[in-house]
Amino acid sequence: MQYAARCEALTREYHLDGGTVRALRGVDLDVPAGDFVAIMGASGSGKSTLLNLVGCLDHPTSGRIRLGEEDITRADDDRLSEIRASSIGFVFQSYNLIPQLTVLENIEVPLYYQGKLGATDRNRCRELADQVGLGDRLGHRPTQLSGGQQQRVAIARSLVNDPYFMLADEPTGNLDSATTEDILNLIDSLNREGKTIIMVTHEPDVGRRAKRIVRLRDGMVQSDERVGDR
Amino acid sequence: MLLLWVRTLQLGVKSLSLHLMRSLLTVLGIFIGIASVIWLLAIGEGISRKAQEQIEGLGANNVIVRSIEPPSETTEGIRGPVPYGITRADYERMMATIPTIERGLPIREIRRRFGRGGRLVDGRLVGCTPEYFEVNRLDMARGRFLTDADMRTKANHCVLAAGTAERLFPLDDPIGQSVRVEETFYRVVGVTRPRSPTSGIGGSLAGQDFNFDVYIPISTLWSRIGDHVITRRSGSFEGEVVELSQATLRIDKVEHVMETADLVRETLRPHHRTEDYGITVPLELLEQARTTRMMFILFMGLIAAISLVVGGIGIMNIMLATVTERTREIGIRRALGAKRRDIIRQFLAETVLLSVFGGMTGVLGGLLCGPVSRGIRWALDAAAPDVMEQLPEVIQAVDPIIVPWSIPLALAIAVSIGIAFGLYPAVRAAKMDPIEALRHE
Ligand SMILES: Nc1ncnc2c1ncn2[C@@H]1O[C@H](COP(=O)(O)OP(=O)(O)OP(=O)(O)O)[C@@H](O)[C@H]1O
Ligand SMILES: [Mg+2]
Repeated sequence: MQYAARCEALTREYHLDGGTVRALRGVDLDVPAGDFVAIMGASGSGKSTLLNLVGCLDHPTSGRIRLGEEDITRADDDRLSEIRASSIGFVFQSYNLIPQLTVLENIEVPLYYQGKLGATDRNRCRELADQVGLGDRLGHRPTQLSGGQQQRVAIARSLVNDPYFMLADEPTGNLDSATTEDILNLIDSLNREGKTIIMVTHEPDVGRRAKRIVRLRDGMVQSDERVGDR
Repeated sequence: MLLLWVRTLQLGVKSLSLHLMRSLLTVLGIFIGIASVIWLLAIGEGISRKAQEQIEGLGANNVIVRSIEPPSETTEGIRGPVPYGITRADYERMMATIPTIERGLPIREIRRRFGRGGRLVDGRLVGCTPEYFEVNRLDMARGRFLTDADMRTKANHCVLAAGTAERLFPLDDPIGQSVRVEETFYRVVGVTRPRSPTSGIGGSLAGQDFNFDVYIPISTLWSRIGDHVITRRSGSFEGEVVELSQATLRIDKVEHVMETADLVRETLRPHHRTEDYGITVPLELLEQARTTRMMFILFMGLIAAISLVVGGIGIMNIMLATVTERTREIGIRRALGAKRRDIIRQFLAETVLLSVFGGMTGVLGGLLCGPVSRGIRWALDAAAPDVMEQLPEVIQAVDPIIVPWSIPLALAIAVSIGIAFGLYPAVRAAKMDPIEALRHE
């Protein structure tokens, strides 16, 4: 089987003045290509920490992470940046669009860091905006959009570099139930097209839309199960 | 790669124009600094060009000895005019004993009234030798200048300067006609072209206006008028006994000028009890101009350096604030794949843009140097003439000349300031932990 990501005995500790916080305490997790994983668990259980490690934003204290064939455990900052630019699409709870840029410019940002600055790449941004239903709002700024629309822009942006997989940290956390449904449908369709998706969520309803639910507790995997019929 | 920079710069322009007022204020220090760089070089150039002109006017090869009336307390108690100044004996001695003097030009000048029929002109009667023509760069309009024959025969010949000729002979040709000086008549043999006045240098050598001169052979002057000259000054008569007003000594080589000046000093000193003569060495002016210019450049350079550093710190300050303000953006960009150097490039582009903008406006401000300095001088002249008078002559008279290479230099300085003071904020932005930055509110 081909894996998108494999984590072995991952730990992550934060050393603070008051003592050591052990955010992850030995997590093993294999994510096959094309999977759709929901990571759930109580607040502080280490979900974001795990996602950041897989997303090449952080280094583990111990253990090993491989993305595809590459062991990134000891990769340096530049290499991690390259991987983020070429293989990973992030979606955040708070959208994280750049306020002074327009919709189209926001979608373009990742291309910029891959040195893709040509006209065809621009066209691809337009197509993606169309695909998430914002083809008519290209010149608008994030502050002129609703939360759901902003999250669509963020999703379009995460797809622009045609990533290996998409990491979403509570992508629907700030949205009402109707908009949540929209966004989940969008993510669903991306998964059906073959993208590997890892999504952190608090809501059981959202979690059930994934193929697989991994529950964390105190920095360890508590359960890991396939969702019934999928 | 080029495209990347173009895009980065576009992005920079965009971020900066979001805070236009802030950006403009930030750039003020750089503007002043860069403008002063151009100004200081232009004014320095103006000073040295002016000195160059003076020296050319006086001749770099010359040493000029002038008689100076000693202060009256040294002659108190003596009745009648006291002889002073350089004597014919001094002149002969210098010519005979100093081998590096190639040629000498003795001059005797007297304020006189020239008449022709009913017309009168006040001017300088200049007794001189034929060399005067060349040394003072005169030019003939008509006729000829004085000759050695005129000298030998002590001829009653004269040459009129343009202004004198114009006043005395407004309608007819002066050549061959007579001009009266006191009781003596001189026959006009030539008329010179108008010559622009020379400017004075410090106290020792006043500026000269050649326009109302009448030139006669010095030998004629000595025999006809003598050394004791009585002039009417504001109603009363004043006498002076002077043999030579000035001797212009031409030195064979520029390298010998300074030593020869010393020799001249030593030759004159034993024969004069008072300081009744002054020695002007045009070449020394070059040194003086150099020091004035140096002082000016140092002074303005200090101002420029201070405003550039202050401007740089201003930019750094604003960029540090910007980096903090945009922490979230930095986190987002890092998460989307920006390397550290991409972040550095982005913020460096902004500081360089700021400083280049300051630099370019500064260059424009610098190019206005000429009109502005003339304006200031005019305003000062009108509002506070006494203040103006107290300023050093170079400052009063200087006309700035823009030095072409100062423009690229100024821009290069601006860019360097941008890089030097932008690097720290940019590196700080790049060093941020992406996760922390993303969490920043
Ligand atoms: N930078 C940090 N410094 C110190 N401790 C940290 C840091 N980041 C996270 N932690 C700690 O690590 C633990 C896991 O945090 P994490 O953000 O992964 O939780 P989470 O499961 O995402 O929680 P939530 O559902 O509230 O987002 C927490 O106890 C948290 O306090
Ligand atoms: Mg979290």
